[in-house]
Amino acid sequence: MACFLVPAGEAIVTIVLTKAFKSKEKAELEVSKEEIHEAVSSKIPFSKKLSWLNNMLWGGSALLAFEHVWHGEVVAWFPFLTAMESHDEAIAMLHEMSTVGVSMAVLVTAVWGIMAMASDIIMKKQELDEVSGLEPIKVEDSLED
Amino acid sequence: MTLLITIFAACITTILWYKNAPNDSMNLGFLALMYWGASLMWMCDAVFEYKELGAEFFAPETADMINDGFLGLSVVALGMVIWIVRLIVKDPKGIVRKTISKSIK
Repeated sequence: MACFLVPAGEAIVTIVLTKAFKSKEKAELEVSKEEIHEAVSSKIPFSKKLSWLNNMLWGGSALLAFEHVWHGEVVAWFPFLTAMESHDEAIAMLHEMSTVGVSMAVLVTAVWGIMAMASDIIMKKQELDEVSGLEPIKVEDSLED
Repeated sequence: MTLLITIFAACITTILWYKNAPNDSMNLGFLALMYWGASLMWMCDAVFEYKELGAEFFAPETADMINDGFLGLSVVALGMVIWIVRLIVKDPKGIVRKTISKSIK
């Protein structure tokens, strides 16, 4: 009925958060360019990770909104949702939003959380591999000296 | 059907993104995330529908399947249109800008 409105609402919040984190990261970059350069190279910025969530939430909501138009649940005239025309249907719509809609938002956010954690683990592993790859060279250098 | 078609679209786009990664000048990552987002949402919807209908959920009417199939294809097409519009507006390779400036000259 209107379940896509819940992830769309979350997408608005994450867009604001992404912009806030981006400006914060930019400000930090201006304060100490070298330190941040090191941090950025070893870790994906949080604003970048949030943009993945934005894309999933906006994209998913847009495609689901199209599905609702297809089924005649969303219309171009006020109140835009056909379920709003009767009291019973409006209650059913709110129930669907609070169950299916919230579950959709939670599932997408959970998958994003796993993606963000996995990317951090991959970056850490890569960093460790680079460090362990450098160690034998250092030992050889010290032996030659 | 809609869920299946969207999952296939998400998988194909992810494979194409992976093939070209880390170069993402075509913004395929955006398209993949969009399809995955929609797939996850429809998956959720399917779970609730399954809870309601039970085994009947897996035996839809032919007319419903055809309608859902058309919807799935339309969703994939809409996703691609959104992706192409974003690609042209962002113009990461500068092709649109170059073409316009060339046509003016």
